[in-house]
Amino acid sequence: MLVLLRLAVRSLRSRLLTTSLTVFSIALSVLLLVGIDRLRSGAQQGFAGTVSGVDLVVGARSGPLPLLLSSVFHIGDGANDISFETYAHFRDHPAVAWTIPFSMGDSHRGYRVVGTDENFYKHYSYRGGHAIRFTAGRQPGALFDCVLGSDVAERLRYGLGSRLVLAHGLESVSLMNHADKPFTVSGILARTSTPVDRAIYISLLGVEAMHVDWSDGTPPALGEAIPAAHIDPKQLHVDQISAFLVRTRTRISTLPLQREINTYEPEPLTAAIPALTLAELWHLVGYADSALSLVSAAALVIGLLSMVAILYTTLNERRREIAILRALGLSARQVLQLLILETTFISLAGTLLGFAGAYSLLVLARSPVEQRFGIPLLLGSPSPLILGFGCGIVLLGAILGSLPALQAYRNSLADGLSVR
Amino acid sequence: MGALAVCLHDVVFAYGRGRARQRPVLDIPSLEIAPGERFFLHGPSGCGKTTLLGLIAGVLLPQAGSIAIFGQALGALSPSARDRLRGAEMGYIFQGFNLIPYLSVRQNIALPCEVHAARRQRLGTTSITAEVERLAAALGLLPLLDQSVTELSTGQQQRVAIARATIGRPGLIVADEPTSALDTDRREQFLALLFELCENAGSTLLFVSHDRSLAGRFSRELALPVINRAASVREGLP
Repeated sequence: MLVLLRLAVRSLRSRLLTTSLTVFSIALSVLLLVGIDRLRSGAQQGFAGTVSGVDLVVGARSGPLPLLLSSVFHIGDGANDISFETYAHFRDHPAVAWTIPFSMGDSHRGYRVVGTDENFYKHYSYRGGHAIRFTAGRQPGALFDCVLGSDVAERLRYGLGSRLVLAHGLESVSLMNHADKPFTVSGILARTSTPVDRAIYISLLGVEAMHVDWSDGTPPALGEAIPAAHIDPKQLHVDQISAFLVRTRTRISTLPLQREINTYEPEPLTAAIPALTLAELWHLVGYADSALSLVSAAALVIGLLSMVAILYTTLNERRREIAILRALGLSARQVLQLLILETTFISLAGTLLGFAGAYSLLVLARSPVEQRFGIPLLLGSPSPLILGFGCGIVLLGAILGSLPALQAYRNSLADGLSVR
Repeated sequence: MGALAVCLHDVVFAYGRGRARQRPVLDIPSLEIAPGERFFLHGPSGCGKTTLLGLIAGVLLPQAGSIAIFGQALGALSPSARDRLRGAEMGYIFQGFNLIPYLSVRQNIALPCEVHAARRQRLGTTSITAEVERLAAALGLLPLLDQSVTELSTGQQQRVAIARATIGRPGLIVADEPTSALDTDRREQFLALLFELCENAGSTLLFVSHDRSLAGRFSRELALPVINRAASVREGLP
C-alpha cells in the first residue's frame, strides 16, 4: 500500500500542470461553495440583526410583517397612526423598560424622514449591541434640526449645517414641500448597514412644527401659513405617532405585554416580536442563496468531471505503464487502487485548498464586508451541510475516479502484458 | 530448486470470452525449460509469442492445460498469488518503453524490491541502494542513476530494464523482443550484458525474438510455430 501511495504521488507530481489545474478547479468550486455558505449565514445574521434589543414593535392594527417593514425597514406606507395617549400609556407601563417612538410620513428626495426622540440615539441597537454613533455633530437640539443616516449624507453630499426642505408624503418627487420650514443638519450617523443609513431623523416636535399650520392633511391656505420663526415649541404638542419599539424589563413579560397590546380596548393595535417576524421575512427572501448554492454545486460537478475527463484521456498513454506495473507483480486490483488513489488525492487536495482559500478570504474580507454590506462574516466552523459537502466531494472524486480506473483494470486484464 | 523453471502441458488459449471467443492462438502440447537454461524462442510476428509470455507470467489464463513455474501450477493459484509469484520469481523485459516515466532511473531499478519482499530478502544484508548501484555499475549506468528516464537513449533504457529485471535474483528472466529497437552493435552489447547479469543472478533466461540470427548465443532454441498446433497460426506457415 505504501508503495502504491508513493507511486501515486510521483505519478501526480510528474503531471504537475494537469494535476494542479484540476486541483485548482476543484478548489475554486469548493471555495465558492464555502464562501456562499458563510455569506449566507452572515447575511442571515446581519438581517436578523437589523434591529436588536427590541422585544416588540407596536403600531396600528395590521399584520406583523407590514408593521415591521414600515417601521424598521421603511418600506411601504404605514397604516394608521396611533394616538400619543396610547403611546404614553405603554411608555409608562410598569413592564416596559424603554420605548422608541417613530413618526413617519414625510420624505426628502426619496429618503424617509423619521420623527423620533432621544431614546432612539440612546437605545437603538443593531447586530447584537452595536449602538448608534455619530460621525459628526449631535442629536437634534433645535426644533428644525435633523440628523442624517450615512447613506443620505454620502449620496446627497450633505454636511453639518446643510439646509434641507422636506417634502410632504413619501413620493420621491413631491408636489407639496415644506419649503417655508427648512431643516438644518445637526448630526450625521455612522454607517450601520441597516435601513437607519437611509433615513433622516428629526424630533417628534419637529414633525409637528412642520405641519402646525396644516389641517387634515392639506397645506395652509394663502395667508394662513405660519412662518417658522413664529412657532413657539412650548405650544406644540404631539398628537400622533406611527409606531414604537418596546423593550421590556424582563423577557418573560414580553408575551403577556404583547397580548395586552393586541387586546388594548381604547385603540386597535398590533404588537409583533421583531426576531420572529425577521425570521419569517428571511424565509421569504432566502431562496436566492439556494440558487447560488446550486450554481456553485454545478461548478463543482464540472470540476470533478473535468478531472475524470483528464484521467480518461491519459488512460491510453498509461496503458504501457500499467502493463509494466503488472509485469512487476502488481495485481490488477492494485492498479485499480493506484488510479483511485490518484483521484482521491486530487479531490482531497482540491477540497482542502478550497476550504483554506475560503477561510483566508474570509479573514481578509471580514471587516470591509461588514462595514460595506452589513454582513457579519463569522469565522466559526462551517455549517454541517458544508462539512458534509466537503466529505462528499472527496468521496465523489474517488467514485468518479474509479470509472477510468475500472476501465484501466479491465484493459490490463485483457491486455495481459502487451498493449493490444 | 529441482522443478522445471517452466513447464507447459496441453495448453490451449484463445482471446475473448464466451460467445466472443476467437479461434485459439496457442495450442501447445508440451514446453519444458530447465533451470539455468538460456532458452531462445523465435517465430514470425503475430505467431503468439507475447501471448505465450502472458500465460507464463500468469497474467493470462489458458482455457485448457497446465502451466507450472518452478513447480507451482499457475491454475491452482489465486489471481493475487499468481501476481505475487510473478513479482517474486520473474523479471520482465519489454521490447521498448520498459520504464515508468515518472520515476528516476534509480527508482525504476529498485521498484521490484519495493513491491516484493521476496526480491528484497534475496539481497541479504546488501541494501537496496547498494544493489542498485552495483547493477548500475555493471551496466555502465552509474552516472545516469538520478536522471529522469525520459532523458535516456533507447539503449540506455534497455540496460535499465536489465537491471530492474535482475535485481533481487528472480528465478526466471523473460525478455520479449528486447533488442528489436537496437542497432546491431548495441544488440551485441545488450545480449552480453544480459547473459552476464543472468549468470550472476543464477536466473533462467527465456528470450523471445523474431530474429533467428541471435539464436547461436543461446543454449537451446525453439521455433514457436513448430510446437504450436493452433490452426489459425499454422495456416500462415510456409
